[in-house]
Amino acid sequence: MSPFITNYTLPPLPYSYNALEPYISAQIMELHHDKHHQTYITNLNALLQSQAESTQASDIPTLVYLQSGIRFNAGGHINHSLFWQNLAPAQSAEAKTSAAPKLMEKIKQTWGDETKFREAFNTALLGIQGSGWGWLVKVDGGKEDRLVIMTTKDQDPVVGKGEVPIFGVDMWEHAYYLQYLNGRAAYVEKIWNVINWKTAEERYLGGREDAFKVLKASM
Amino acid sequence: MSSTLLRSSTVRCALRASTSASSKKARFAGATFVRGKATLPDLPYDYGALEPAISGKIMELHHSKHHQTYVTSLNNASEQMAEAKAKEDVQTQIALQPLINFHGGGHINHTLFWENLAPTSQGGGEPPKGGLSKAINDSYGSLDAFKEKFNAALAGIQGSGWAWLVQDTQTGSVGIKTYANQDAVVGQFRPILGIDAWEHAYYLQYQNRKAEYFKAIWDVVNWKAAENRFK
Repeated sequence: MSPFITNYTLPPLPYSYNALEPYISAQIMELHHDKHHQTYITNLNALLQSQAESTQASDIPTLVYLQSGIRFNAGGHINHSLFWQNLAPAQSAEAKTSAAPKLMEKIKQTWGDETKFREAFNTALLGIQGSGWGWLVKVDGGKEDRLVIMTTKDQDPVVGKGEVPIFGVDMWEHAYYLQYLNGRAAYVEKIWNVINWKTAEERYLGGREDAFKVLKASM
Repeated sequence: MSSTLLRSSTVRCALRASTSASSKKARFAGATFVRGKATLPDLPYDYGALEPAISGKIMELHHSKHHQTYVTSLNNASEQMAEAKAKEDVQTQIALQPLINFHGGGHINHTLFWENLAPTSQGGGEPPKGGLSKAINDSYGSLDAFKEKFNAALAGIQGSGWAWLVQDTQTGSVGIKTYANQDAVVGQFRPILGIDAWEHAYYLQYQNRKAEYFKAIWDVVNWKAAENRFK
């Protein structure tokens, strides 16, 4: 492998596979982390290798051809890396909204109260047609930062200019199907029990570099 | 909701009864769209009939829950669309289009999918004959070479979607196309054979090993149904 190529590795889960039970089963977590996330990383590394070779060969058609695969697999790596960190065992202090005082203040200011925010977020999640993610995002507004709910399709990541992902919820069927089957609404309802508000607060107060630090660590 | 949008169940039952006695082709069309109202078509085989390629549990959830949800949501969106049209509310009509595309596509795709599968006892897995067989050989060399290309297309879908063997209505030739989410095969191309690559189609049995599902499903492909669609 070329010395110029970053080789990404699977970041370890910050808790055990069964730590999010009963809301997300250990079987889901193990497959999701060890198989799905690993596959995105394996594919990404191979694609980056091809990209380096094509760059060296000035092979522009191949470089363009590689883009959608890189976007998909890099997105998968980014999204899952953020996701594991923005979940926490339900009994932990991190899973309480009191771990995110500044963020909650902004949420209340934006949506009126926490319930209305959750309803809006759930509606966005359930409106996704196909595979994708729902995100709470901090957007640089120039004068003042804003909070917005975004959905992204497939593995598209939140990487727009001035955007910092605060937390994400995976709406691919592999994220819930073994436990919730076609009951998407139940999954969406239950996942709030394991959102890591401490991580959310840190990302909210920090910049993009802070949100993506786990990616740097997995190189 | 305007009362004119409510359809009498007597009329609906009568129409359904009249379609059930008609030809096979008319039954496919009639059972699923009765006077603009979509209904869940019966599976032409038991839930467990496609085992071991597809488990009975997957088939039951896929048909009675997932497909039913597309049918219900399509009918809801269609009713709202009829209302918006009656009121000449163009904004609402445009806002409803993605829902019609998604749920209408989900209904169409699954209806075609159930038909283009069959238990091995009912001919599932038996290779195509006649014109379709010739068209596949002309384009791909052999059925095995075609399956290999088709499985590569399935594996390449990024997210939820379908792969289809389609016929180009302009040239008559066949080809492989993938469609995102529940986008339906409409327009220039005619659907001949579709394979569902959504995770709900295989996850309970195959989990992340989707290549195994793509390999196994050929044992229960109903090429007879595909031949009937080919012109």
